[in-house]
Parts: sequence; C-alpha cells; structure tokens
Amino acid sequence: MSAQSEKFKLSEWIFTTDHKRIGVLYLIGSIAAFGIAGIMALLIRIEQSSLGPTLADSAMDAGNQYNVWLYFHGAAMILGFLIPGLTGFAANYFLPLMIGAKDVAFPRINAFSVWLFYTGIIVALLTFIVPDAPDIMWTGYPPYSLVTSGNTAFYVFTVHLLGFSSILGAVNFLVTVIYMRAPGMGWNQLNMFVWSTVTAFVIQLVFVPVLAAAVTMLLFDKYMGTHFFDPSAGGDVLLYQNLFWFYSHPAVYVILLPALGILYEIVATFSKNRIFNYKAGVYGGMWGTVLISGEVWVHHLYVSGMPNWIRIGQMVSTLLISIPVGLMAISLFGTLYRGSITFSIPMKYAVACLFLFLVGGLTGIPLAITALDLHLSETSFVHAHFHYIMGIFATFSVFAGVYYWFPKMTGKMTDEKLGTIGFWLNFVGVNITFIPLFIIGIDGMPRRYWDYEMYPQFENWHFVAMLGAIMIGTGMALTIFNWIKSAINGEASSANPWRSASLEWTHTVNPPGPGNFLEDVKVSEEWTPYDYAKR
Amino acid sequence: MKVLLAALTGSGLILSSVIARAEEAAYADPVESWEQLWSTVLFDLWIMGIIFGALAVHWLIKYKAKSPDDVGDSPSLSRAQMWSWALIPAFIFMADDFYLAAKGWTVWNTYRNVPEGAMEVKVTGNMWYWEFEYEDGTTSSYDVDGKEGDGLVVPVGTPVVLRMTSNDVIHSFGLTKYRVKEDLMPGRITYIWFNPKEEAESWVTCVEFCGVLHSRMYAPVKAIPQPKFDEWLQKRAEEENA
Repeated sequence: MSAQSEKFKLSEWIFTTDHKRIGVLYLIGSIAAFGIAGIMALLIRIEQSSLGPTLADSAMDAGNQYNVWLYFHGAAMILGFLIPGLTGFAANYFLPLMIGAKDVAFPRINAFSVWLFYTGIIVALLTFIVPDAPDIMWTGYPPYSLVTSGNTAFYVFTVHLLGFSSILGAVNFLVTVIYMRAPGMGWNQLNMFVWSTVTAFVIQLVFVPVLAAAVTMLLFDKYMGTHFFDPSAGGDVLLYQNLFWFYSHPAVYVILLPALGILYEIVATFSKNRIFNYKAGVYGGMWGTVLISGEVWVHHLYVSGMPNWIRIGQMVSTLLISIPVGLMAISLFGTLYRGSITFSIPMKYAVACLFLFLVGGLTGIPLAITALDLHLSETSFVHAHFHYIMGIFATFSVFAGVYYWFPKMTGKMTDEKLGTIGFWLNFVGVNITFIPLFIIGIDGMPRRYWDYEMYPQFENWHFVAMLGAIMIGTGMALTIFNWIKSAINGEASSANPWRSASLEWTHTVNPPGPGNFLEDVKVSEEWTPYDYAKR
Repeated sequence: MKVLLAALTGSGLILSSVIARAEEAAYADPVESWEQLWSTVLFDLWIMGIIFGALAVHWLIKYKAKSPDDVGDSPSLSRAQMWSWALIPAFIFMADDFYLAAKGWTVWNTYRNVPEGAMEVKVTGNMWYWEFEYEDGTTSSYDVDGKEGDGLVVPVGTPVVLRMTSNDVIHSFGLTKYRVKEDLMPGRITYIWFNPKEEAESWVTCVEFCGVLHSRMYAPVKAIPQPKFDEWLQKRAEEENA
C-alpha cells in the first residue's frame, strides 16, 4: 500500500498523476527556489553591510550584480517559493485528503501544472547563465525594463509559465472542492485550510490573466516594436503599474490566505480546540478579503502621480482590508481561548507567526494612509513591513506546515532538538534583520540601494541586519537538513502523533497510498475537522 | 477595546480641532502635519498590538495543557454570539479605519494644495542625475562622482513647488527631510511642494529603481536665507551666460 516501501523509480515521479507525489515535487522545487533566493538575500545583506562596494571592485560591478540578486530574490521567493509552496505543495498534498477525495478532479492537468512549474524555475535559474541577466526587480516596471540591456524576456517567460501553472491549478482545485467532497460533507464542515485554498485560487483565476497580459505587452514593446508603455508614441508608463498591481496586490492574499489556513489547522490541533467563530473567519474574513482585494492596488502607486481622488478612494478601501483581516485574526487568536495547548515545533512556528502577523499587519496601516506614504513609500520601512507579513510570516507558515505534516508524508518524526534550535535561530534572526530596517526606514533609507553614501549613519544598522541574516541562513540550513535527515532515518511516527481530528490524520495511513483512503469516506452531519471538545 | 477606541477617537477629534484652529493663520506645514498623523497612527497601532499580543500571551500561558490527553473546551457560539463577534469587531475596525482615513485626508490636502506665492522649480530626472531649473531659466545640478555642483538651492521662508518629469525611465524624488516623495515619468508632469522653514542641508535621493547607479542618484538640497539665495541665483545665471 505505502508508496515508500516500493523501489524508487525516477520516471514514476516525473510522470506521476498522484496528487501527493505532485505535492512533494512542488515542495522540492519550491524549497530549491527558496534556497537559492535565500543565498541572494544573504549576498544582498552582505553588500549593504558596509559603505561602498563590499562584494565587488567597482560601483558599476556592485550595482550590476546587486540588481540581479534583487531581481532573482524577489521573483523566486514570490513566484517560485511562496505561491507554489502554499498553493502547490500544501494544497496538492492535503486538500484532497481533507475533503475525503481520492485525487484531484483532473490528475493529468495537475501533472502538467507541476511540469510548467519546473520549467518556470529552470527558466528563472537561467538568470545565472545568460550573459545579460534580468535586472528589472520582480516588478519589471517599464520604461526601465524596456531600455535595460538585461534580458527582460526571461522574466516574462517565467511569469507566463508559473502563471499558466497557477491558472490550471486554480481550475483543478475549485472543481475538486465543489464536486469531490466526501458524501455528507457540507460547506461549513470544510477545514479552514480548504477554504483558504479555495479563496486563494479564486483570486488567482480572476487576476493572473491580468498579470500575464501586462508582461506580454512588455514583451511586445521590447522585442516587437509596439508602444504600449512609450509616451513618445502615445503609450503610457503608468498603464503597466496599474495592470501589474491589479494582480500583484491580490497575489499578496494568494500567499496570506493559505498561510493563515495552515496556521488555523496547527493552532486548532495544538490547542485541541474548535475554530473560534468559524463562519466569521470564512465568510467575513476569507471571502471579505477576496471581495476587497481587487480595489486596493493603487496603494502601490501612491507616489506615482495618480489622480488625487483615486489615491484617497483607495486609501479608504485599503484601510478597510483591516475588517476581514481583523476577523481572521480574532478567530485565529480566539482559537487559543480555553484550549489545551502543547508546544511542539509546528506550534512554535505557528505562535511565531501570530507575532509576525501582528507586526507585519499593523505596520501596513501607516502605509495604507496616502499622506504618510509620501514619506514612507520606497523606504526600508516598506521593505521590512512586507517581509514581516508576506516574506517571513508566510515562510514560517510553510515551515510550520512541513513540520506538522512531516509524519503524514514520511511516516517519520523530525528531530525535535534540531528543529527547536533551527526555530530559535530563524525567529531571533528575522527580528534582528528586519527591526533595524524599520528604524532606518523611518529615517529615510531608500529601498533597492546597494550603497548609501549620502546616509553613512545607517551603516551600523545595516551591519546588524547582516548578522541577523546570517542567523536566519544558519537556521534555515539546519531546518532543511533536519527534514532530509529525518526523511531518510527519522524515528517512526505513530499514526496520528498530534492527535488531530482532521480527515487527513484520522482516515489515512502514513504516508497514504494510491487512492488515499482504505475505505470510502462518509461523514455525518455533526462531524467537523475540529471535533475535540469533551461531550 | 470599544471604550478605549471611543476615547481615542474623541481625544483625537478634540486634538485635531485645536490644531486646525492654530493653523488657520498661515498654510499648514506638511512636515508637522506628517509628524502629528504619524504619532496618532503609531498610538493606534500600539493599542491594537498590545490588545492582541497580551491576550495571546495570556492564553498561551494560562491554557498550556495540564496533561497531553487534555482537550480544549471553548464553548460553541450561539447564533447571536456569532453575529456579535463578527459585527461588533467589524464595526470597531471600520470606525477606526474611517477615523484614520479622515485624518489622512486632511494631511493629504495639505500636501496637494500648493500655497500661493510658491517658488516653482522644474525638476528633470535622468539616468543618473537630477537637473533643476528655476523660474528665470537658470539651472543647477550635482555631479556625484566629482562631488561638484550645488544641487537644489531654495530660499528659507518661501514654499517651493517642484514640477517634475523624466527624460528616460521612472525616477522618484525622495526628500526625507521634508517628508515628500513623488515619481518622475517620461510623458507626464507631477508635482510636490515643500516648506523650507529654516536653514538646512539635506539630500534628495532617487527612490524608484532606475538601473545600475540608482543608489548613486542623489543631490544636496540646501535651504539658505533669501539674500544669500538671490546672490547664489545671480551667480549661477552669470556662470551660465558666460
């Protein structure tokens, strides 16, 4: 039954249509992207740690290589790690198990999307091989992306491949949840993670095509002589930014929602508690976020010269995001209330996430206010804010998820001691790295600078941030080492080590074989995945 | 939380009306308005952060499992409780949002309404240097490599409005000291204004990514007394005509 007991054959993995194996492929690919993008982050921190060129001989060299690192770090972390880690790995492996399905609705399309994902990653990695590496940030704003000697086409193709992969995933999972739930499973009995995936994929389905259109126009402008973004021929430079952020702000919620979904699972399991106000979390929180997500993109263009009325209008809508996000925070934090809480590694990461969520979420409020943004925009305050909420929070959530479901995927436990050391290095490291960036950001340190000779007073804080980054690097390396080591010869785990009440733990073996369930799953009207309370 | 926020809203409203009255005489200063708004928002954030943070810490300690077999026993919510726990917080968040938005809008108007009699300077962004052109056609710039040139020189006591555009890619005029920032784009003209109240020297930095020397695209911004400024402008004009 167990896939693990059979002999390893590479072709079986490449051509697999099993959602669990596809999930594992997504995990391996996204962790690889994370590793390389993480090395870029370390190089970025080292370059900034001292005034003048630190890792190069001349200003030109330093600027050139630094911009490629920034581009790769941003693009790979968002498109290659966070989105595929959450909606690729976690959703693929666990969503069908949670709803009692034997696989996804379209297994072959699922396999095709993981191939597209790997192709996208490979195209992105060519950055380090082609002579004129892309240096256009993950945003690719024209006219710079059109006039640079960097190879903008690689950026465009990476977005195309990963975007297409996302759209296929979205269709697949929405159909799966709608049609393949176990008999008896109503909409209000779904796991929070399932709901978070559904809402994230609704956003992907609606908004990814807009991004694809934007980067395609970039491609046409640069290589085929069109003038969409060229004002000298009747084009408009701001058109791209509007299209780009019309997708890319909702993309933040494509990351935030499943990350919160994983946390809901972990917090409920380790508190042995029902979700506090489930319906407010799902319909008010998650669907509310989807509803508002498309009306807030102009907060990325507060200093871009948009008309006043829309800068004020979207200040209001951006602030209103606090309503759905606040409802999710209340139901997530409230799940701790009268729980019975234990602190294994997944829960440690989850608790750290609550803190990161608070810091990252609250520091977004000043950035939502147009007038305050006139000073804060494009400073390292912004940089620290989105790293807290989108970078580190979501990364910790993926890590929490891997630790939480590790026994399910491998039948083995991870090394608790190694995991704990890794956790503390990561958690302390991120705060040492990003708190200094808040501080110097308020004082005006601009983003995307490899040098800051006009502001030499920021050098010490940059040095501290580098020390933090080295801590994170060590912690991440230990964490990934722990997974590999434990997957090979970890201690055998019991069937349901966290005593979860959710289907993926109660109804399948570790790891689940083809078809997932030993017998068909049926649930009763009273069943919920969070059924812990004594009766 | 509701009481706290109500108190916060009330005190904020009183405070803002006092400030508004004090400033009726002259034009509002963007830097001061910014700082006031910033401290209001920061206060708001700390309150919310402390409420959520303290509750979480309290519960994490209080509800630590006594034995590994224990389960939680949070009560199931009645229909009324469920709606209350959704609508009341939603209403509080919304009230806070509108409160912050109203304050933010006021400061925004300060930023966008250029006072009468402002001195106009035309700013052009280039890869990778700034050009400043005064009303009489005199220009000024700054060479980062040689550390030569005066950059943007303005007289103390006169509001300055910048009309900005770019010759190549997008740049952004980031003037930390005066709390202003706006992009420069080819094909469009944008504006910002600032209020040099006292003698000061600061930097304008480019804050929209513009290529390899993006972080070397900066220039000094000097606010000097009016007589000295007139002298400087005349000298610049003569240098250019020579």
